[in-house]
Amino acid sequence: MLMIRKLGAATLRNLRIMGVMGLFLFKGFFYSVVPPVKITRVLKQVHFIGFQSTLVIMLTGCFAGMVLGFQGYNSLRQFGSDAFLGPAVGLALIKELGPVFSAFVVTGMAGSAITAEIGIMRISEQVDALELMGLNPYRYLVVPNFLAMIVCMPLLTAIFDVIGIFGGYLIGVKLLGVSAGVYFGEMAAYVDMGDVMEGIYKSLSFGIIIIWVCCFKGYYTGIFTGFGAEGVSKATIQAVVMSFVLILVWDYFMTSVLF
Amino acid sequence: MISIDDLHKSFDGNEVLRGISLEIKKGEVLALIGGSGCGKSVLLKHIAGLIKPDSGRIMVDGKDMNMLKGGALTDLRERFGFLFQGGALFDSMTVFENVAFPLKEKTKLSNQLVRERVFRELENVGLSGSEYKYPSQISGGMVKRAALARSLVMDPEIMLFDEPTTGLDPVMGSAILNLIDACHKRLSFTAIVVTHEIPGVFDIVERVAMIHEGIILAEGTPEEFMSFTEPVVLAFVGRD
Ligand SMILES: Nc1ncnc2c1ncn2[C@@H]1O[C@H](COP(=O)(O)OP(=O)(O)O)[C@@H](O)[C@H]1O
Ligand SMILES: [Mg+2]
Repeated sequence: MLMIRKLGAATLRNLRIMGVMGLFLFKGFFYSVVPPVKITRVLKQVHFIGFQSTLVIMLTGCFAGMVLGFQGYNSLRQFGSDAFLGPAVGLALIKELGPVFSAFVVTGMAGSAITAEIGIMRISEQVDALELMGLNPYRYLVVPNFLAMIVCMPLLTAIFDVIGIFGGYLIGVKLLGVSAGVYFGEMAAYVDMGDVMEGIYKSLSFGIIIIWVCCFKGYYTGIFTGFGAEGVSKATIQAVVMSFVLILVWDYFMTSVLF
Repeated sequence: MISIDDLHKSFDGNEVLRGISLEIKKGEVLALIGGSGCGKSVLLKHIAGLIKPDSGRIMVDGKDMNMLKGGALTDLRERFGFLFQGGALFDSMTVFENVAFPLKEKTKLSNQLVRERVFRELENVGLSGSEYKYPSQISGGMVKRAALARSLVMDPEIMLFDEPTTGLDPVMGSAILNLIDACHKRLSFTAIVVTHEIPGVFDIVERVAMIHEGIILAEGTPEEFMSFTEPVVLAFVGRD
C-alpha cells in the first residue's frame, strides 16, 4: 500500500516537474520573439558562450579529427579503400561528432556556469528582487542565453568540424600518406549540402536543449532541488547530466526519424 | 491599505501559515516578530505577490493580489519596495549600478539625472564613497544600506523590510533602524519591519504583531505589547 502511494507521489511530482519544464521552454521561446530584447545582455552572453568555448572546441575538434584519421585509415585499409578516408572523416564529423561533441563542450563550459549563476541568484533572492522591480526575470536571465546560444552553437560546431577535418588531414595525409587531393576530392564528392544542414539543425536543437535544461535547473534551484550551496551544486550536476542524456536521446531521434 | 484574511500556506505538507489575519493602515509602520522559521519571510513574500497562498486573501488598496495577472500585477508591484534578508544585491554589478538599475530599466530619466538621483540616495543611507565597490567587497551593514537605497529609489508606497538588522552588530543594527525611521518620516510609506531587535524596534513602530505557530498570536501597540502576560510573548519580549 505504502509502496503504491510512494510510487504515485513520485509520478505526480515528476509529471509536475515535466509540466513546469515544458512551460519554461514555451515562455523562453515566447519572450525571445516578443520584444523588447536586452541586446547588450545578448551580446555579453554571445561573448561568454561563444568566445570562451572556442579554444576548447578547437582543441577537442582537432583531436577528434586526428583519432578519426587513425581509426578510419586502419579500418578502411583492411578493405583497400583508404581513399575514402576523406568522406569517412568528413561525414562522421559533420553529421554526428561535430554537433554532439560541441554540445558536450558547451554544456560543460557554459551550461554549467549558467545553471550555477542563475541558481545563486535564485537562492540569494536576486531573482525575487528582479521580479519585485516589475521586471521579467525571463527577459534578463533566460532570453539572452537562449538567443546567444542560437547564434553560437552552429558556429562553434562549424569550427569544430573544420578543425576536425584538418586534424584528419594531418594524420591521414601528412602521417599515413593518403594523397591530399584524394582526401579532399573524395570528401567534396560524398559530402553534400544535406549533410551540412543536418549538422546545423542538430547543433541548433542541441543548443536549445542545453539552454532549456541549464536555465530551468538554475531557475528552480531551491524549489525542486533543495536550498543553499548544496542546492546549487545539485542543480548544476543535474543540469549537466540531463543535458548530456537529452542530447544523445534527441540525436538518436533526429537521426532515425528526420534524416 | 493592506488587509490579510485567513491566509494558509504549506510547503510539501509542512503547514507554515495556518490562518493569518492582519490589517495594516496607510502610513503605518508595523513590526512583525516571531521565532526563526515561523514564516515571517513567507508572509512578506505573500504580501509582495512572490508566493501564491493555498487559501485566504491579501488585499492591497482593495485589490486582491491573487486575482491580479501580468500588467496589473507588475503595476502593483512597482508600488512595493522590498528589503531582502540578505540584501539581494546583484553581485555582478557595483553598488552604483545596483541602485541605478531600477531607474534605468523602468524610467526614461537621462543618465545625468539617474546619476544625481543615485548619488543622493546613497548619501542618504551613508554610503558616499563606496559607489563603485562590488557587493562582495563591502560589509554586511553596507550591503543592507545599499539594498535599502535600491528599494527606496523608486519611491515605493509600501516597504517590506525582512530582518534589516539581523547579522549586524548592535550599533549598526540601531543605526539601520534609525535610518528606516528617518526614511519613513521623510517619505511616509506604509511599512512592515520583520525583526528580532526587541525592544529597540518598539521606538520606531506604531504597532507590533507576533507570529507563533502559523497564526498572529498577539497584536497591539508597543505599550500594550509590553504589558501582555501570555508566556510565549513574555519569553519573546524578554521581560520577566
Ligand atoms: N520556497 C520554499 N519551499 C519550501 N519550504 C519553504 C520555502 N520557503 C520557506 N519555507 C519553509 O517555511 C518555513 C518558514 O520560513 P521563513 O518564512 O523563511 O522563516 P522566518 O520566519 O525565519 O523568515 C521554514 O520552515 C522554511 O523551511
Ligand atoms: Mg526570514
